[in-house]
Order: sequence, then C-alpha cells, then structure tokens
Amino acid sequence: MQKIKKIQIRVNGKVKFIPANYSISDLVKNLNIPIKKVAIEHNQEIIDKKKINRIILKKNDKIEIVHFIGGG
Amino acid sequence: MIIAKKKFNSRLIVGTGKYKSMSECAKAIKLSGAEIVTVAVRRVNITDKNKPLLMDYIDPKKITYLPNTAGCFNSKEALRTLRLAREIGGWKLVKLEVLGDKQNLFPDMIETLKSTEVLANEGFKVMVYCNDDPLMAKRLENSGAEAIMPLAAPIGSGLGIQNKTNIKIIRNQTKLPLIIDAGLGQASDATIAMELGCDGVLVNTAIAKAKKPFDMALAFKNAVIAGRQSYLAGRIDKYLYGRASSPKTGIIK
Repeated sequence: MQKIKKIQIRVNGKVKFIPANYSISDLVKNLNIPIKKVAIEHNQEIIDKKKINRIILKKNDKIEIVHFIGGG
Repeated sequence: MIIAKKKFNSRLIVGTGKYKSMSECAKAIKLSGAEIVTVAVRRVNITDKNKPLLMDYIDPKKITYLPNTAGCFNSKEALRTLRLAREIGGWKLVKLEVLGDKQNLFPDMIETLKSTEVLANEGFKVMVYCNDDPLMAKRLENSGAEAIMPLAAPIGSGLGIQNKTNIKIIRNQTKLPLIIDAGLGQASDATIAMELGCDGVLVNTAIAKAKKPFDMALAFKNAVIAGRQSYLAGRIDKYLYGRASSPKTGIIK
C-alpha cells in the first residue's frame, strides 16, 4: 500500500496534518465550516473566499478562520 | 439616530458579551429594542463544531452587527481584526477600540487616531471608542470618524458618567453622532447621557450582568427614550433658592 504523504499546517494555532494538493476549500469542507459566516487568513493575508479552491496549502502554512462571537 | 446615512429608530446599542447563553443574549437584545449590536471577531472553534453560532441566534439581516476590536492593544491588531470582519460579511460600519492599559482598559488614543485615519481611507465607517477629551474627539472627527464614542467610565466598571462637563463640550463642538460607550451601571446613567445631548448609548455589562438582564434591558430602553425626550423638551434653569409653585395671591388669612 502506498503511503500518503502528509503535510503539517497550523489552523487557528492548532497543528493539523493534511494530504498533499489540499486546497483551502478542501480544508474548510473537512472542518465543516460555514464559509459564509467566516473570514480566512492565509499566512496573515486575508483571502478572497471565492478563490479558496485555487489556493493549495504548503508545509507550515498558517491558517486563521474567524467569525463573530458575543462581545461588548 | 442616523449613522453612516442609515436611520435607526432605537438610540440604544447593546453589546453581546458576558451573557449566560446565546438565547439569553438574543432575548435581552429583543427586549432592549436595539437595532445595532456589537460583536467580537474571534477564532472559530475547530475542535467543537457543535458550538452554537451567534448568527444563528441574532439575524444579521434584522440587526446591524457592529464588529469591534475589543482586546486589541495596538493599531496593527485592530486593523487586522476589522479587515477580517469586513471579509466575513461585507460590513463597513465598525467600532474601533484600541486599548492601552490592561487594568483600567482606557483607550490608547495615539494608536486609535492612527487607526481611524487608515480605516477611513480604506472606506470603513468608523465609530470610535475614545476618552472623554474634547480635543481628541475633534482630532478623530478631522481624521474621518463616523461617530464619536467617549467612555462614561472604565469598561465594565458600572460607575456611570464621570465627566459630564467634557461630554457637554464634545456635544457642543460636533455634529457627528455622539454615543456614550462603556462604564454605565444602571438605566438612569443612560438617561443622563441622553439629557446631555448624546445621540445614543452603548451598553453591555450593565444589562448582561444585572440580576435580571431582561428587566434591565427594558429599563435601558425606556431610560434612553426618557432621556432623549427630556433633552428635547428643554430643562428649566437652576436656582440656588426655592421658587413657589403655587400663586402667592388669594391665600386665606
């Protein structure tokens, strides 16, 4: 059996392993995140949500996914 | 109250933090009659996917979400937060709050002023949390602020308006929406703010942490209405001595 190569990234500060050729869109789907209710940063750069299927994640990439919560 | 060319019937803005639950928060907002609520931008919990979402309880189509930068201690963090907020839903109306001290939570006005300029240039409509300093309020106005939001007292302190004179001076110098933000403790504090001529008040802790949040939400709603009516009605002059209310003539002897 061929071993699938995994890549280490960080999502909201937590380490996560993903397969190679994984897009941000794949990640969002995998995490079951409602895309319309969040904003995403890729290595500190805000990304256009329409383009997330075109961005392929690389080793040590940092992803931040934020939403609105209660606050004063 | 008109903010960023949008008309709001309620002059009460409420925060959505510190409630026991999302449903308690949603009910308190409904009772308060508020049409604008402040919200914070935070990381999505990626491990617990069943955590309730604010948007499931408070419909952003019905209630205007005002994203804030609570917890930001410099301009860089604040700008990052609000740019993300805009990306979530296309909002341009935001509340800028750059804190300078972890204990008293007073705003860092130098960082706040810098951020206001940058955000206004990027097309944001910035409502700015600030000190009750008329000179700084003027500078914010000149930097493109959409609303001036001076504190009554430190955030969450419940002390009420500490410097009425400054608030009055700021009122007299600006046509921008003037909203008292932070430090109110009870409904009458909101009435006083409105009687000073403020356009609105922003309340979170005083409602969320009241013994009966729903009753307090209603009390604040009424207090803001009463204060506005009182301001528009025009108060009487103050005198040092008594002035009889009944005629002095025709007294029985």
